Amino acid sequence: MERTFLGEFLKARERLFEGFLTTIEISSLVIVIGLAAGVIGGLLLVYGPKPVRFLMRVYVDVLRGIPILVLILFSYYGLALIGLNISAFTAGVVALAGFCSAHMSETFRGAIDSIPAGQTEAAKAIGLTFRQRFVYVLLPQAARRIVPPAINTAVEMVKGTTLLSVIGVLEILLATQQAIARNYMVIEFYATAMAFYFVLNFSLSRVGAYFERRFGFIKY
Amino acid sequence: MSYNFNFSVIWRQFDVILEALALGLVLAAISLVVGTLIGLVCGYAFRTNSRVLKGLVWTYVEFIRNVPLLLLIFFCYFGLPAIGIRVFDKYESFVITLSVYAGAYLTEVFRAGLTSVPERYVEAARAIGLKPWQTQLYVVLPLTFRIVLPSLSNNFISLFKDTSLAAAIAIPELTFTARQINANTFRVMEAWLTASLLYLAVCYLIAIVLRRVEKRYSVIK
Repeated sequence: MERTFLGEFLKARERLFEGFLTTIEISSLVIVIGLAAGVIGGLLLVYGPKPVRFLMRVYVDVLRGIPILVLILFSYYGLALIGLNISAFTAGVVALAGFCSAHMSETFRGAIDSIPAGQTEAAKAIGLTFRQRFVYVLLPQAARRIVPPAINTAVEMVKGTTLLSVIGVLEILLATQQAIARNYMVIEFYATAMAFYFVLNFSLSRVGAYFERRFGFIKY
Repeated sequence: MSYNFNFSVIWRQFDVILEALALGLVLAAISLVVGTLIGLVCGYAFRTNSRVLKGLVWTYVEFIRNVPLLLLIFFCYFGLPAIGIRVFDKYESFVITLSVYAGAYLTEVFRAGLTSVPERYVEAARAIGLKPWQTQLYVVLPLTFRIVLPSLSNNFISLFKDTSLAAAIAIPELTFTARQINANTFRVMEAWLTASLLYLAVCYLIAIVLRRVEKRYSVIK
């Protein structure tokens, strides 16, 4: 019987769907952890005591200077070695979240630093405490500026989840490769995977572009 | 638990490791050069009035930027032979992929760079009687390169980091070599520490050197 792409796709649909869910799961985990850690990291980079600031700087610069694939492999083989019996999934999420948090920290630091000192001074002058200054003055302004670059990082992270296929996490790329290994429809299945990533990331990018336009009026 | 570090495995193969590192740098450098050419051509295409041309470039840039590099590498390496294009070995296939990938990012860079050359330079060039192609070649392009130099060096560092993905199609660069040492000797920590430190050191070295070059050639406003 003639093999058709549709037939093969239907045969592989369950695995592909599983991969799809895993990709979404990893991406959202990594982005949420990375963003939360990035806000804290950014704060520490700006307001932390000197030694903390220094350690954060080292963390951010080291993680940003190493390829994600090396981080993933390091975490996959290394964490097992120090006695943590964790799955490839967890090792991958740890590596990606570490990388993501480093980028987000730097983005958030940049956002806070770019707010003119006059804002903080004015807030101090009207007697706001540190917490109030941050919550009512700095955070709303920083949040607007962090959105476009944060979404860029998010897109990079979705793209980065494909690297987990190297350590055997069944996400879309690995599910696609498994399907191809069965039916040799290389072009069709890779193109399908590309279409999926494109739709996902392009929508994300558009959201980022929208916010960039929306907050484009802010110029200091 | 305790782990005894033993770096002798690393020292014994340090020449192999350095070669792997150099291979990554060469792959990144070629891709940067080809990517720059693609970026320039597409950057100029964006300045034309042709809607079709602009649409094509836009599609290329958006497509490449939103699809994972690893998938593109596999598509080029495994996919193209399947439709009868069998002329590339794994190195060529990787360099082509990385160049096309870099080209998309560099198109954005050159589009912005070409736009930011002040109009008065072009007017001055016309005033002294340069032909349009002379204006581009002797005035606009040199200025553009000076303007985009920081972006080019950042892109070079990213590309160097991206060469780690070549390990997925068994190109013996640093990540692949580290993985082999890891598999053959089980010196897990040593292998990955060495690879990480080398990547880090080289990225910083490139950054330091290129910052100096940037300072030397920066456009004084």
